[in-house]
Amino acid sequence: MTTLLNVDNVSKTFAMGGLLSRKTTAAVQNASFSLAAETPEIFTIIGESGSGKTTLARMILGLETPTTGSITFRGKPVGGATKVERMAFMAAVQPVFQNPFEAFNPLKQIDRYLESTARTFLGLKDRTAVERAMDEALQTVGLSLAEVKGRYPHEMSGGQLQRAAIARALIPNPPLLIADEPVSMVDASLRMSIVNLLKALRDDFGVSVIYITHDLATAYYISNRLIIMQRGRIVEMGDARTVLENPEHPYSRLLKASVLSTEDAGDGKLATNPDMVALATRLATAPGGQLVSRPDGRLVRVYEPV
Amino acid sequence: MAQDNKRRDILTVEGLKAYYQMSYFGVDREVRAVDDITMTVRRNEIYGIAGESSSGKTSFIKVLAAALRPPFRVVAGSVKYDFSSGPVDVADATDAQIEAIRWRHLSYIMQGSMSVLNPVRRIGRTFEDFAARPLGLRGKAFEERVVSHLEKLKLPADVLRAYPHELSGGMRQRVTIGLATVCRPEFIIADEPTTALDVVVQKEVLSLIRDVQQEMGSSVVFVTHDMSVHANMADRVGIIYAGRLVEEGPTRQMFFAPKHPYTAHLVASLPRIGDTTQRPALEGRPPSLAAPPSGCRFHPRCPLAIDKCKTDVPPLQTVAPDHRTACWRWQDVQPLVSPHAAHGVMA
Ligand SMILES: Nc1ncnc2c1ncn2[C@@H]1O[C@H](COP(=O)(O)OP(=O)(O)OP(=O)(O)O)[C@@H](O)[C@H]1O
Ligand SMILES: Nc1ncnc2c1ncn2[C@@H]1O[C@H](COP(=O)(O)OP(=O)(O)O)[C@@H](O)[C@H]1O
Ligand code: SF4
Ligand SMILES: [Mg+2]
Ligand SMILES: [Mg+2]
Repeated sequence: MTTLLNVDNVSKTFAMGGLLSRKTTAAVQNASFSLAAETPEIFTIIGESGSGKTTLARMILGLETPTTGSITFRGKPVGGATKVERMAFMAAVQPVFQNPFEAFNPLKQIDRYLESTARTFLGLKDRTAVERAMDEALQTVGLSLAEVKGRYPHEMSGGQLQRAAIARALIPNPPLLIADEPVSMVDASLRMSIVNLLKALRDDFGVSVIYITHDLATAYYISNRLIIMQRGRIVEMGDARTVLENPEHPYSRLLKASVLSTEDAGDGKLATNPDMVALATRLATAPGGQLVSRPDGRLVRVYEPV
Repeated sequence: MAQDNKRRDILTVEGLKAYYQMSYFGVDREVRAVDDITMTVRRNEIYGIAGESSSGKTSFIKVLAAALRPPFRVVAGSVKYDFSSGPVDVADATDAQIEAIRWRHLSYIMQGSMSVLNPVRRIGRTFEDFAARPLGLRGKAFEERVVSHLEKLKLPADVLRAYPHELSGGMRQRVTIGLATVCRPEFIIADEPTTALDVVVQKEVLSLIRDVQQEMGSSVVFVTHDMSVHANMADRVGIIYAGRLVEEGPTRQMFFAPKHPYTAHLVASLPRIGDTTQRPALEGRPPSLAAPPSGCRFHPRCPLAIDKCKTDVPPLQTVAPDHRTACWRWQDVQPLVSPHAAHGVMA
């Protein structure tokens, strides 16, 4: 077994509010997990808004340096030490960001992004070859170069933009894709087509995907393993179906209970059991705790009795 | 009757057409993003708008919010509000008229929270820019009001000192909701306001928007492609397909007795936990609004389409109380999901 990605006891602390404030945020606390090179998988990160998912993703991409701990990709520190290594790393680990409106510069045409990716990472010079690579990637996500060419981000809808972003990431044929909420902006029908695309990338092309989402249903549908994060900490980790069918940590249980259902459509049910909320909220700030393993293979955070 | 409706409705949209009219290197291009929409929104209701991506949802509500900019223009129709401060047609109001109603009477939560938050201004500054004048408060009093409002959104007072990039996507989204509701407007327009939130916070934010709405008796137009949000939030739901309103009705009917094949598909395409079966995706791709299909715009993808659908545009007709649909074969539409057996029982 060789390791594709190894996240080892990683933490990240931010100072908030600039110089005037001494307040810090522990965005990620002691996160550890690894992905094997031989078994491509969809590894899902679910969690609270602000629980550190994007921060973790940015550290894996080498865009942010961990405060403590280390992250390696194929045995080397992420980001690469030399310029050549950095290029190779960037081609191998491709991001798809959370908000398509933020991912694209409003003054730059969408196809320019795809074009520069194709030129930089595939080393293509010839115009027709570049356009073929772009069109192929766009077709995989249900768009075409003809549709996208010359358009600025504000001329596309959120879903179109996100599909274009995934197409861009696919151009260098990366072994690892970091997809931060790639489906949050798209409707159910398209959402399924995008998650099926991620699944196909794993099954047919051996691409591993770190899939960050708020959507438990698609997580259940495509993931191999998942972690659930609360306030910077991993609170549960394991086989996706085992965990989602029967979550153990109170925050995981609250998450599952909060999924909106259409079964009572029209009744305006938005209440959540207040005891569940209170317990999960208390644990969010409870000191330390540690991940312990269960017979079914999952890890769950447990806390010292108070 | 007409008199009653007048008092009941706060917004009346008639025959609205709004297009993006562009010219690239001498070639004119027109995207008919809103193409002949007629509808009303009542006082004290939550009206949900759904539809697939690029169907024109955002474009439509940009018109409602008087937030359109060239090359996006109103080509025909009217958008009349009946505010406590007096009536106004935002389809042809002056900037000064819009300025007078913005935030206090009409507020707009845009899709993509970063677009309203100035990246180089602290959040607290942005609140001052938007809300200090409409609220008529300053200094300490203003800050207290904002902080107590942020508390309801589960945001710590610290965020006022933060810059937008220091907050997570979810926190920024709550900040924009805070901005839009702090002045207690009569009409709130929200574009995908909970799309970036985790399901726990999503539910809290939806409850919050509904509490604010009920407490103030205001109206909310709520856009999201997420049908499970509409199921739990909206009083009525309207479905947009290729720039047109294709069906509108009371929430429960839309889910369990839809009268348009597209609505039936939308409702049935929701994945569920515990379900790994592949759901039938809609054939074909979303239509281009630059060259929409003839007749019924849904016909190339519709399982019920007949020859007539290719040539004749179906009118949006009333088929049950409060329920309108634009389909030649509405009587043949079968719901693809049924109400839960244990309806009314909470686990
Ligand atoms: N550049 C930064 N400076 C200061 N604080 C930051 C910065 N980036 C993130 N944070 C803080 O780190 C924490 C984690 O943020 P992150 O964006 O990773 O959350 P997330 O899990 O991706 O949330 P969401 O689901 O809302 O996208 C938050 O408290 C956030 O305010
Ligand atoms: N500023 C713009 N200029 C030109 N076309 C645009 C602009 N904004 C949106 N469009 C086009 O208008 C159509 C409707 O988009 P939009 O209203 O954003 O859809 P939705 O919100 O339903 O996803 C799409 O075809 C989109 O590409
Ligand atoms: S009018 Fe025809 S094509 Fe359109 S939705 Fe009805 S049956 Fe389908
Ligand atoms: Mg994030
Ligand atoms: Mg939109």
